[in-house]
Amino acid sequence: MTLNTLWFIFIGLLYCGFFILEGFDFGVGILLPFLGKNDLQRRTIINTIGPHWDGNEVWLLTAGGATFAAFPDWYATLFSGFYLPLFLVLVGLIVRGVAFEFRGKDDNPRWRQLWDWCIFAGSLLPTILLPIAFANLVRGIPIDADMQYVGGFFNLLNPYALLACLAVSLLVVLHGASFLSLKTTGEIEAKVKELVRFLWLLVTLLLAIFMVTSFIVTDAPERLNVLTVLFPVAGITAMTAAGGFVRQERFGRVFAMTCLAVGLLFGTIFSLLYPRLIVSSLNPEWSLTIMNSASSPYTLKLMTIITLVFLPVVLIYQGWSYWVFRKRLTGEPESLTY
Amino acid sequence: MDVLLLARLQFAITIIYHFFFVPLTLGLSLVVSIFETIYVRTGNETYRRMTKFWGKLFLINFAIGVVTGIVQEFQFGMSWSEYSRYVGDIFGAPLAIEALVAFFIESTFLGVWVFGWDKLSKTQHAAVMWLVALSSTVSAMWILIANAFMQHPVGYAINNGRAELTNFTQVLTNRVFLTHFPHVFSAGLTTAAFFILGISAYHLVRNHEPDFFKKSIRIAIIFGLVGTLMVGFFGHLQGQLLARIQPTKLAAMEAVRRNEDPGNLSLLTIPSRDGKTDIIDIQIPRLLSFMLFNRFTGEVQGMTELQAEYEQRYGPGDYIPSVFLTYWSFRAMVGIGLLLFTAVLLAIYIDIKNLYGKFSWFLKLLPWMIVLPYIANTTGWILTEVGRFPWVVYGLLTLQAGVSRSVTGGMFLTSLIGFILVYGLLIAATLYLMFKFSKAGPELTDVPPPEEDIPNLLGERPGTAEGGSQ
Repeated sequence: MTLNTLWFIFIGLLYCGFFILEGFDFGVGILLPFLGKNDLQRRTIINTIGPHWDGNEVWLLTAGGATFAAFPDWYATLFSGFYLPLFLVLVGLIVRGVAFEFRGKDDNPRWRQLWDWCIFAGSLLPTILLPIAFANLVRGIPIDADMQYVGGFFNLLNPYALLACLAVSLLVVLHGASFLSLKTTGEIEAKVKELVRFLWLLVTLLLAIFMVTSFIVTDAPERLNVLTVLFPVAGITAMTAAGGFVRQERFGRVFAMTCLAVGLLFGTIFSLLYPRLIVSSLNPEWSLTIMNSASSPYTLKLMTIITLVFLPVVLIYQGWSYWVFRKRLTGEPESLTY
Repeated sequence: MDVLLLARLQFAITIIYHFFFVPLTLGLSLVVSIFETIYVRTGNETYRRMTKFWGKLFLINFAIGVVTGIVQEFQFGMSWSEYSRYVGDIFGAPLAIEALVAFFIESTFLGVWVFGWDKLSKTQHAAVMWLVALSSTVSAMWILIANAFMQHPVGYAINNGRAELTNFTQVLTNRVFLTHFPHVFSAGLTTAAFFILGISAYHLVRNHEPDFFKKSIRIAIIFGLVGTLMVGFFGHLQGQLLARIQPTKLAAMEAVRRNEDPGNLSLLTIPSRDGKTDIIDIQIPRLLSFMLFNRFTGEVQGMTELQAEYEQRYGPGDYIPSVFLTYWSFRAMVGIGLLLFTAVLLAIYIDIKNLYGKFSWFLKLLPWMIVLPYIANTTGWILTEVGRFPWVVYGLLTLQAGVSRSVTGGMFLTSLIGFILVYGLLIAATLYLMFKFSKAGPELTDVPPPEEDIPNLLGERPGTAEGGSQ
């Protein structure tokens, strides 16, 4: 395997890790205003993700940094081409991050309400915009011979991208609800379990439609391989299994399955992309690939060594942080921090 | 709209805003770690309260510092895509490593620290804070390694129409980084020192919790002394380095028009309106040469000769940065540095002799001085970054060649207005909380506010602002 392929896999894993981890805290953020009836309930909901959201978000920043280091042209074309959507993602991440810290530091109900909506909007914006970006990478966008994006903002809002947006957003909400079902008790727990039961079938169908559409809209049929078939099939299987676990009331396993489904969904997108990084809709020759967009072999080698040393360490201490906060939150004020 | 101007304006606004919060994070995270360590080792309850109080202010500052830092990671690709293509092979690596080795630790362990008071042992909890503090410092290190390459590119070769990394060790030992990092770090110590001194003095004037705030001041003056001495020393080395690696920045910031040997130090230079001659020009003979070369001779290159030389080397263009911005930024930074050093000495004298009563005028002045390190931090970066004009990578790539080609002026204007609005609202919220918690003193972080202590419909005790564990 070449280092270019290895880095494609690394970056794919970082984005998958990001969507699995931050996915559930985005889902929790989107559900916040609708699930929390009073301030105590909202605090309980926020506290379930309180210790983790920041660490989860670093997966995105690391993915961005890794893209910059390993495939500078990918980073340059992607970030400048999707300028306005990414600006909105940034605004979302900014107000959301501040909201978690600031919300609990004043008692004024309007102050708290303001930050609750910031958490909601800040979770919603990346959830709906990032899938649109990823779907467009596979579907193809107007990229010219100089690797420049020559389309406009509305080129990005095509039916396939909007389908991805809908499927991923609802999956994220389901993922957040199944996380909350493990971390809360009483009224909130009952409500989110009800939501999981309600959303499960809808999300499974949407994901299946998205997977099938992917094979119609993109050039996937020409590039079939083990992974492009395995990932979508496994993803739908995980969702089907989730349905079985929902009926058995085994919500720990439901959450494990939604984790898998999120990971496999983005695995599907990345496997359809390989070895391209952005498909050019103007001319296949102009697509960005892992070869024409990559850093020098020296940089790739250096970054490989550093990543192989440090990524396992990150996994260990992030795993530890989840272990420290493994208990359910009962909603007693004494147990809440934010 | 002029795309380049808007892109520069947006970068300037977002990075200056971000750097309001960085130095305090660097310094205050260490202070909080020290307070918590003293508490763990002595069991002295005052230090636990100090950890909570200063820790709360640290968290407010940290939250906004982190989120505004995310913007930077995206902005290189969004606004400066051609720059990103050109230097990504070198510049991307430190950013990715920063996220992987520092930012991950910082974010993960800060969450553990905030939420883990009753979940970890005291020693573990203090160790977690040290990890946050050290990783913040390591984070700043990698960012400055990246910035050093823009100031003084080393360890690269031009291949395939871009700069490619050839020697990582040279990038890590860039002389610019070796002087910038300790300068920025000690600016952080100084910022934290005056932050603590100012807030503590505010309470001491009101005779509020004197023991608590005098203990805080004792750490702050050590930070202040080390910080101001180091910041001056490394700043001086940075200046000496400029003569060799960025002569245009040096000439502009010292308003040196023609080559001078020996170089005289400008005390006050006011140029005429057309900028070609000086109306006022008061100089100290030979001092500039001495400061740059440690002897009273040595040629300082002037803007006229440098412009001619650079035109010959790089083609027609304007190679001299804004004299107004660099000259006055430099003088504001150095002036504040000297003032702060004097203030630290006075604070040490007052503390050792216990003359707090006699020097109440100074205590009343200290809260106002909190703002000074912020001005120095900002002007320092304005000097560094504006002084790089017209280069985005000095001598290699101009700003014009680095800006994104697929982003229109309208898009830049949209995001610029958006950032100004969001950042404006956030600074208001940040200042509100900072004032609220620093004025209230440690009581607010000791116990939950009682007014919410009424049973609700569920028969549970409803939430309080801080909960039981914070």
